[in-house]
Amino acid sequence: MTRGELEKLELRLLLDAVHQHYGYDFRDYARSSLRRRIWRRVAEEGLQTISGLQERVLHDPEAMERLLLDMSISVTSMFRDPSFFAALREKVVPMLRTYPFVRIWNAGCATGEETYSLAILLREEGMGDRVRIYATDMNDTVLRRAKEGVFSLERMQDYTRDYIRGGGQAAFSDYYKAFGDRVRFDPTLAETMVFARHNLVTDVRFNEFHLIICRNVMIYFDQALQDRVHGLLYDSLVRFGTLALGHKESIRFTTHADAYVELDPQEKIFRRAA
Amino acid sequence: MTVMPSESGGRRLVVVGASWGGLDAVGTVLADLDPDSSPPVAVAQHRADLGEDALARALQGRTRMRVVEAHDKAAIEPGAVYLAPPDYHLLVEDGHFALSLEPPVRYSRPSIDALFESAADVYGESVVAVLLTGANDDGTRGMRAVKRAGGLALVQDPSTAVRPEMPASAIAAGLADRVLGLPAIAAAINDLGAAV
Repeated sequence: MTRGELEKLELRLLLDAVHQHYGYDFRDYARSSLRRRIWRRVAEEGLQTISGLQERVLHDPEAMERLLLDMSISVTSMFRDPSFFAALREKVVPMLRTYPFVRIWNAGCATGEETYSLAILLREEGMGDRVRIYATDMNDTVLRRAKEGVFSLERMQDYTRDYIRGGGQAAFSDYYKAFGDRVRFDPTLAETMVFARHNLVTDVRFNEFHLIICRNVMIYFDQALQDRVHGLLYDSLVRFGTLALGHKESIRFTTHADAYVELDPQEKIFRRAA
Repeated sequence: MTVMPSESGGRRLVVVGASWGGLDAVGTVLADLDPDSSPPVAVAQHRADLGEDALARALQGRTRMRVVEAHDKAAIEPGAVYLAPPDYHLLVEDGHFALSLEPPVRYSRPSIDALFESAADVYGESVVAVLLTGANDDGTRGMRAVKRAGGLALVQDPSTAVRPEMPASAIAAGLADRVLGLPAIAAAINDLGAAV
C-alpha cells in the first residue's frame, strides 16, 4: 500500500469514527480542503498521523470541538462582494416587500458577518420590523460568537468601504461601538435574528423561507452532497422564493439547474421556478 | 505522497504560482502556449481585487488559450487557463476544481502552496508546477509536495524576475528541476503536451 492509499484509508476511518461517535458527517466533503483541514489539526495537536487524530478525538471531546471549529470556520467579511448586496437591494428587496412578513435563512452563517450585513441592509430598506433572519450553523461555538455581534476593530475600514459600495445609506460607524480593539454591533440589529444549530448535511427542512442565502458554504461539499443539500434548500423555499449562492458557485453543475430561473446571473441570485 | 496515475486519467495539469510582477510574467508564458498541445493550466496569482474577471480579461488578450476565473466544481478541460478568483483558495480535485475560504496561508489567499499541494495530491507525477516572480516564499512548500509526488518543477530564473525572492526560495530549497526564462518555460510546457 502506497503512502497515498494509506492516507486515504486513515481519512476514511477518521470520518467514519467521527460520524458514528459524534454524528457529524464529513464523509462527502470535498477532499482537497477536507484534507488540508485535517492535516492542520494533526499538526496543531502535535500528532504525526491521521490515525493519531482519530484516537485523540474519540477519547477527548475537546479535541473534537477543535476539529469541528476547523471544519466550520470560513474566514469571511461584512459586505463581502458589495455588488451582491447592491443587487439584493435592487432586485430582491422589492419582491420581499410584497409579503407582510418575511423569513430569511442565512444558512452556514459561521461567525455572523453576513448576517449582520443583511440586518443592516434590511433596516435601511425599511424592512427591519417585519423580517426574521434565521442564522444557522452546525457549530455552537461560532453561533455564540455570531450572536455576540463582536468583530475586530481593524477590519472596520474595509467593511465601511464595502458597505458603501454595497449601497449603504448611513454612516457605517453608527451601527457599532468600539471597545478596545473590537467593536460591538447595535444589539437591536440582533433582535431580527434567530440563531440556531442546523447541519445542512444531516438535518432536515425546518421552515419555509422567502429568501435563502447560502454563499460559499457548499464549496466544501462534493458534487453528490451539493445535489442533496440543493434538494433541502429547494424544499425550504416558498414558491418563487429566492436563493443566493456565492459568486463563484454554479447551479449549472447540480441536479437542480432547471428548478430555478436566474434573477441575476452575475450575483448568483436565483428564483424558484414554481 | 504517491498517487495513482489512474486518478487523473493519466492527464497532465500545469499549476502556476506568481506574485509581485506576476501579471506580466504569467501573460508572457501564456502568450506562447499552444491550445492544441498545452495541458490545462491553473494559476494562483496574488493580487488586489481588480474587480470581477479583470485579470481574466487582461490575460485573455495575450493568449490563444481560453482564460476563465475558476468556478467551484468547474471541470478541468484542455486548452483552458483557470485563474484562482480573488480572495479564494483554488484547489484541485479529481477532474475538477474546488474553491475554499479557509484562512489565508501565510497572508495569501489565493495561496500558491495550497494550489500546488492539492494538485500534487491528485495529479501526482502528472503535475507540472511553475513558480514565477514574487517577493515572498509562497510556493516553496507546494513545490516540495509536487516533487515528493514525482511531478516536474519549473522555476523562473530569478535574474529575469521582477522580484527574485519567490523563485529563489524554491531553488535554494533544492526543489527546481529546471531554472528557465519565461519563453523557455512556455516551450517546456508545449513540449510536454506534444509528448503525450
